[in-house]
Amino acid sequence: MLTFLLRRILIAIPTIILITIFVFGLQHLLPGDPLLVLAGEERDPQVLEALREKYRLNDPIPVQYLAWIGNALTGDLGTSFRTNQPVLELIGEKLPVTIQLATMAMIFALVIGIPAGILSAVKKGTLTDYVANTVALSGLSIPNFWLGIMLILLVSVKWQLLPASGYVPLSEDWVKSITTMLMPAFVLGTALAATLMRHTRSAMLGVLTSDYVRTARAKGLKERAVILKHAFRNALTPIVTLTALLFGELIAGAVLTEQIFTIPGFGKLVVDAVFNRDYAVVQGIVLVTAIGFILMNLLADMLYVLLNPRLRGN
Amino acid sequence: MRHLKLALTTALVGALSATTLSAQDLRIALQSDADVLDPDQSRTFVGRIVYASMCDKLVDITPELEIIPQLATEWEYSSDGKSLKMTLREGVVFHDGTPFNAEAVAANINRSQTLEESRRKSELSSVTGTEVLSEFEIRFDLKAQDATLLAQFADRAGMMVSPTAAEAAGANFGLNPVCSGPFSFDQRVAQDRIVLKRFPDYWNAGAISFDSVTFLPIPDTTVRLANLQSGDIDMLERLAATDLTQAEGDAGINVQSAVSLGYQGITINVNNSDKGGAWGDDKRLRQALSYALDREAINQVVFEGAFAPGNQPFPPNSPWYDTDHPVPARDVEKAKALLAEAGYPDGIDLDVQVPNTTVPLQLMQVVQSMATEAGIRINITSKEFATLLADQSAGEYQASQIGWSGRVDPDGNIHQFMTTDGGINDSKYSNPEVDNLLNAARVSTDLAVRKQSYDAARDILIDEMPIVYLYHQTWIWALDSSIKGFTPYPDGMIRLEGVTKE
Repeated sequence: MLTFLLRRILIAIPTIILITIFVFGLQHLLPGDPLLVLAGEERDPQVLEALREKYRLNDPIPVQYLAWIGNALTGDLGTSFRTNQPVLELIGEKLPVTIQLATMAMIFALVIGIPAGILSAVKKGTLTDYVANTVALSGLSIPNFWLGIMLILLVSVKWQLLPASGYVPLSEDWVKSITTMLMPAFVLGTALAATLMRHTRSAMLGVLTSDYVRTARAKGLKERAVILKHAFRNALTPIVTLTALLFGELIAGAVLTEQIFTIPGFGKLVVDAVFNRDYAVVQGIVLVTAIGFILMNLLADMLYVLLNPRLRGN
Repeated sequence: MRHLKLALTTALVGALSATTLSAQDLRIALQSDADVLDPDQSRTFVGRIVYASMCDKLVDITPELEIIPQLATEWEYSSDGKSLKMTLREGVVFHDGTPFNAEAVAANINRSQTLEESRRKSELSSVTGTEVLSEFEIRFDLKAQDATLLAQFADRAGMMVSPTAAEAAGANFGLNPVCSGPFSFDQRVAQDRIVLKRFPDYWNAGAISFDSVTFLPIPDTTVRLANLQSGDIDMLERLAATDLTQAEGDAGINVQSAVSLGYQGITINVNNSDKGGAWGDDKRLRQALSYALDREAINQVVFEGAFAPGNQPFPPNSPWYDTDHPVPARDVEKAKALLAEAGYPDGIDLDVQVPNTTVPLQLMQVVQSMATEAGIRINITSKEFATLLADQSAGEYQASQIGWSGRVDPDGNIHQFMTTDGGINDSKYSNPEVDNLLNAARVSTDLAVRKQSYDAARDILIDEMPIVYLYHQTWIWALDSSIKGFTPYPDGMIRLEGVTKE
């Protein structure tokens, strides 16, 4: 297990470096001059030149990249062009927000998606299956921003039950923090629930027709035990992978949901940074997101081993 | 016993009302997040809204754009106009306790002019030096007469920051700004909120009735309004024109508005590269485009009639507007005739770049359909703003839909766009006569003389038309009906003096 982990981590390092090079290059390929955006209505050529020097934008791109990665290795991700805040501080501010949103959304998704998936597999071809499928399809097809605005108008404006938007840190007031995030988490969660439900259903269908399930039933086990202990556990492997991937995506930011609910998370940060050509911020976020993705995958791999005894031998 | 009860009740009620009073926070939703909170480095409109509560300026404006005292109580130009003497308010302190005096003003001007990252250099380019005359008197020495200087002092160039704090923080001042306004900086979470708290030693503290102000960037206009309706915020700036009917129909919401100082229009590439083509070479084409448009209809269709149609850099309600050239009525026949005269009887193509957001796209689609009827076939290219700006500056465009947020002094709306060496003259329009007139208007402090110069320049510009002006945005604020005493200003700022919450 330890060598497995070490090997995976070693493989991850070049992946991360490649991602940062790729994104660094792509950013500089984008048309638009960061300083022109930064200057806004005040384009004093002298000041722009001084700033270009300060941020080393006159250097060749490979030199800029090496300077960036050199600083990154010492823990310095640079500062935002736009607000002068250190990138690491910005990320430190946004990461907990995004993790909280992702976790809450995931809980919604798992609680709705998996039982619905099991149910529709077990009751395949019945009305329950069709209803579950229709709901799942609508969950997938309803755009987040529409559902978000409708919820705000209904729950906040009409019923005045939950705050319309914004964010309260957990450390400040945890009840308020969770209630403020209920709507955005629900919006994000429903779309994921639909995906999870579809995958759970098909994984369960595959397993339910297998021999050992028939054997288990023949042994006279209760249907509940057959489904949950024998079938579901074996159907879980693909679901775990999917959940890990989906969670990784959530960490990268749920841009539309964050925009609608004005949640100061990663997605909003990165989109604004790209529009403002705030190179250091984009680069910092990409680094953190890539690491996050790889960690989630690693976690999924470790969970397989726990779930599937056959893998433990290797 | 009864007395004791009464006393206890009174004390309790007193304590309760005191806590409600002391907890009075004003929550304001902004359309976007501010940039760095250093008046010398700052660039955004929303940043200026935050400063209006945090950083006092040497002078301020009235809603009618007259210059009035703020930190300076009196001022006087020398007879040759080459120096300006200001008398400063006594008893003012910065949020860190540093006293405000002539030395502090001198240090501020020096910082604005010398800080490497300063964006205020061009605004203060006429100032060659300062002379501290006494503790509360200062003289600004000028290169030449500069009629725009007081207006600059009414904005970021006139905002006074604590010299002690500025010295200590250098270019990082914006992370923890220290000024002398009614509220002091408390905390900022990027893209989430900026919190200011009441400054007890403010010189005009009596006019301020809030203990804190929280600015919340909420980019989506529908969500901004929903927050007001649900009571999560007290006021918002820049209500979308399309939400006006809904807001006005809500008894709990009070809507206020003021025509802005800025404009929106179509800038034609006259000479920035050969991309302008015939459109750059022949003013008749540009005139034809202007005649093809019904500006009032544009206002009705795209902005629900809430904005002000326009054909000049100043809105029609401005004292600087040239009434000899009113907003023209649509005249398709005249447009066609001009095209034919220019050698395009079968019409002509025009490529217009537009920012890829809803409103500019809608605007240009309406313009497109009107222009088609006159034979001008507009191709719309929507570009993400950073790209649009870079292309415009580099001359990689034929026409560009862009605007200007507006300045208090008329010079700010015209000089840098229309003079040969103007910093934002992306059209690269050049006419020595216009240069002379606009330069003359810049130095005279006699309003009538200035107006005459601007009118003379307008006579030329309305004919040559490097920018086809379309409309002037109206700032629309929506407030909870419990908020009283708000005054709309054409600069779009939110001034909290005299504003109360019931």
